[in-house]
Amino acid sequence: MSLRAHDERMVMPTPFAPRVQAMCQTNDWYIWAGYTTPNTFEEVGLEYFAMRNSTGVFDLCPMTKYRITGPDGEAFLNRVMVRDVRKIKPGRVGYTVWCTDDGMVHDDGTIFHLSQGEYRLCAQERCMDWLQWSALGFDVEIVDETADIAALAVQGPTSCATLRRMGLEGIEQLKPFGIASFPFNGAELTVSRTGYTGDLGYELWIDAEQALPLWDALFEAGRELLIRPVGSEALGIARIEAGFIMAGEDFVPAEQVVRHGRARSPFELGLGWLVDFDKGPFTGRNALLREQRDGSRYRFVVLDVEGNKPAEHSFILDKHGRTIGHVTSAAWCPTAKTNIALASMNMPWGREDDEMYAEIYYNRELHWTRLLSRCRVRTGPVFDPPRRRATPAPQV
Amino acid sequence: MTDSLNDKRYDTIIVGAGHNGLVCASYLARAGRRVLVLEAAGQPGGAAATREFHPGFKVSSGAHLLTQLNPTVAKELGLTGHGLEYAARDLKTVALDANGQHLVIDGAAVAGVSADDAAAYASFYAQNQRFGKVLDGFFSRRQPTLVDRSWDDAFSLLKLGWSMKRLGKADMQDLMRVGLINIYDVANEHFDNDLLKAAVAMDGVLGSHMGPRSPNTVYAYLHRHIGDCWGSSGPALLRGGMGALGSAFAEAARGFGADIRCNSRVVLVDMQDCRATGVTLDSGESFQADTVISNVDPKTTFEKLVGYPSLDAGFARRVHNFRSRGVSAKLHLALDGLPGFRGLDAALAGERLLLAPDMDHIERAFNHAKYGEYSQAPVMEISIPSVHDGSLAPAGKHVLSAIVQFAPYALRGGWDSAGDAFKQVALEQLEAYAPGLGGQVLAAELSTPIDLEQEFGMAGGHWHHGEIALDQALLMRPMPGAHQYSTPIPGLYLCGAGSHPGGGIMGLAGRNAAQAVIKQQKSSQEHAA
Repeated sequence: MSLRAHDERMVMPTPFAPRVQAMCQTNDWYIWAGYTTPNTFEEVGLEYFAMRNSTGVFDLCPMTKYRITGPDGEAFLNRVMVRDVRKIKPGRVGYTVWCTDDGMVHDDGTIFHLSQGEYRLCAQERCMDWLQWSALGFDVEIVDETADIAALAVQGPTSCATLRRMGLEGIEQLKPFGIASFPFNGAELTVSRTGYTGDLGYELWIDAEQALPLWDALFEAGRELLIRPVGSEALGIARIEAGFIMAGEDFVPAEQVVRHGRARSPFELGLGWLVDFDKGPFTGRNALLREQRDGSRYRFVVLDVEGNKPAEHSFILDKHGRTIGHVTSAAWCPTAKTNIALASMNMPWGREDDEMYAEIYYNRELHWTRLLSRCRVRTGPVFDPPRRRATPAPQV
Repeated sequence: MTDSLNDKRYDTIIVGAGHNGLVCASYLARAGRRVLVLEAAGQPGGAAATREFHPGFKVSSGAHLLTQLNPTVAKELGLTGHGLEYAARDLKTVALDANGQHLVIDGAAVAGVSADDAAAYASFYAQNQRFGKVLDGFFSRRQPTLVDRSWDDAFSLLKLGWSMKRLGKADMQDLMRVGLINIYDVANEHFDNDLLKAAVAMDGVLGSHMGPRSPNTVYAYLHRHIGDCWGSSGPALLRGGMGALGSAFAEAARGFGADIRCNSRVVLVDMQDCRATGVTLDSGESFQADTVISNVDPKTTFEKLVGYPSLDAGFARRVHNFRSRGVSAKLHLALDGLPGFRGLDAALAGERLLLAPDMDHIERAFNHAKYGEYSQAPVMEISIPSVHDGSLAPAGKHVLSAIVQFAPYALRGGWDSAGDAFKQVALEQLEAYAPGLGGQVLAAELSTPIDLEQEFGMAGGHWHHGEIALDQALLMRPMPGAHQYSTPIPGLYLCGAGSHPGGGIMGLAGRNAAQAVIKQQKSSQEHAA
């Protein structure tokens, strides 16, 4: 369905395009997975603070979505994913990664266990080919529903109140990573308490034809609660502050890697906690067991960088000036008021007491400055407000 | 019997008592391992089998000529001491001509062609022997890998490099050149005589989904002619048919202490904690062992016995894409007398007979297979073993066995109703060369690739267990991840024709596999210690 849609036009508008285009003051666009998407609507700071202080709304439609059904749906997903999918009960969402035979990460995403035996896989990258090959020997149906489902992320401290005002009775009782359904405009609105901001927030999923009524109802309900659309730049800051990795930024999806050795394993992305060797066979298991035995090549860390200059694209040096790693994503985090960098360190670097420096270059009025900023490994979360987990969710 | 087998603890189970399974069992038992071989059929031997297909008439129902038995394997297993007896050796090859102008190839010599062609064939034969020596050294060892190389692999590659270098510049260049082209071009480079070219081309396409113009046919030719480097100038026949070879291999394995249990079809490799721990039979009975070695073809092993869900998806894709669709049917005739091929001296009737008038004819016959049809004018390799072996047919009567190509496994419309029609096509083709043969036929049986698949458990009815082509041979056989006889499943190994160096009754895959298993387990014990 969605591939056919792209036959008609190379880059597609999302189902929310009429509203998004009308509200996008900056006219600042990029292409995300074949869809036109705004970098910003008005001003990145305003949008970021909407997510942190009121409600930010992000158009998630380009996110790749697969509907997975059939008697072997669970077994199939369990073979694809490194985590034990059987533990994701109906009505729950689970974060996961999936790997090549070599134990290198294809992508990360979320599995929605919509109802018994019915799943939705949300991914950054298209992966139908890999899913189909993985389906050999399973009785399972995989349908790309990317174009059929319209999705919005509704994130921030007033998000629950906004959705209540929209008429979602009892939404405050939905637990983190839970899924609930509500009637909306004669259709079914699926709401999950998930997001990419590390804060209280929800994601809304509905038939693409209902996109505009949903947008209108949401913005009407949230007007007094300072709801605001947000672009990918603001979301990018929020996700770094939350410590979330991003495909294409913090790792290269394994099937896109051209140069030998550039892909990363779950252990090398700090996601070893997802890997379950006791659940039975899954793709990459042998390779990951070998890695566990022989050691990883890289360690993924969240670094506190001294000063306020973002360490984007920086090398990490030891005290002798030797390169021991590099930054994959970085941002000054306005709420946590810290300068955060996500970094891939050569083993064994990246231990808690390692003395490390980020080599930061920045330009002010054609004047370049080079900084060596001391970095420390963060062990706890950078931004982790209690409302993120509170149930019932605060309604401000 | 069953109870005593069950009570006995085995450390190694081999699935399939085909010749490679028995060879592997022999070497492992000789090394002190407790080996059980489980065979689906009623007798050991796999495609080295003799079957009575008509009262009083017996035929080698799978392989019908012995072309590549490795002499080291035969000697180390003491096959002649286990009742193996040749009915005929060093058979000549007769390239049949419909008008009786046959050619006779005897080792390096060809009769019935111009002096130029005869000289060209002698030098072609000599060069192939030199090429064969390179392959011989490579076939007798575990294939190396190019990455994650061990000292052993480095040695194999050095040895290969050295044997290539020893060929000298001209031969080395020629081998590199012809290795990747096709037998059609090579035969045209050397010879003028169409029948001679066709005889050469047949050895490049027998058993393979390839026409003379297909790439990989030169490698297939060299693979088939490896026997020329092992001291024989042509194929051999065994007294009692190929089943006698199966029995001799089985006796050898038993002699070393291996147990063989027939009528025991393995349907599942048992796994615990993602490791092979034994096998289960169709009866539900199961056997435990630390090491399970499959002599079954790779596709059946991984798709059916292990199951795709237990494999990494990328590996499962390789298994799925492994090419193992056979194109050969077997024709078995019970004959009232010796057939009279037009113009053929009766003394030559027991040699290896080829029915393929020219290379274009073979190519056209192959064209049908490409489109899921059987050939309307098939080519054949024919043997009348009863000329040398009276035990196969009543006195004065004969059996004829022919490999008939091209009969694609995935025939459009299926083989259910087409088998008889193809049998008629084959009989008519024979009749054109041996007038009156039709009247001599007492019984005729055609085994389609589907029948061969069922009779011998070979996926696609492919006797090599998978196409012999460069992407599935040498370093890559059968597929990355299952090369060097080990598999992605710890404790599960391969030892059959699907592994290096491939099919044909050679025994090297079984021997190399046994060595690899012993070596790997020795090193893991040392690692543990």
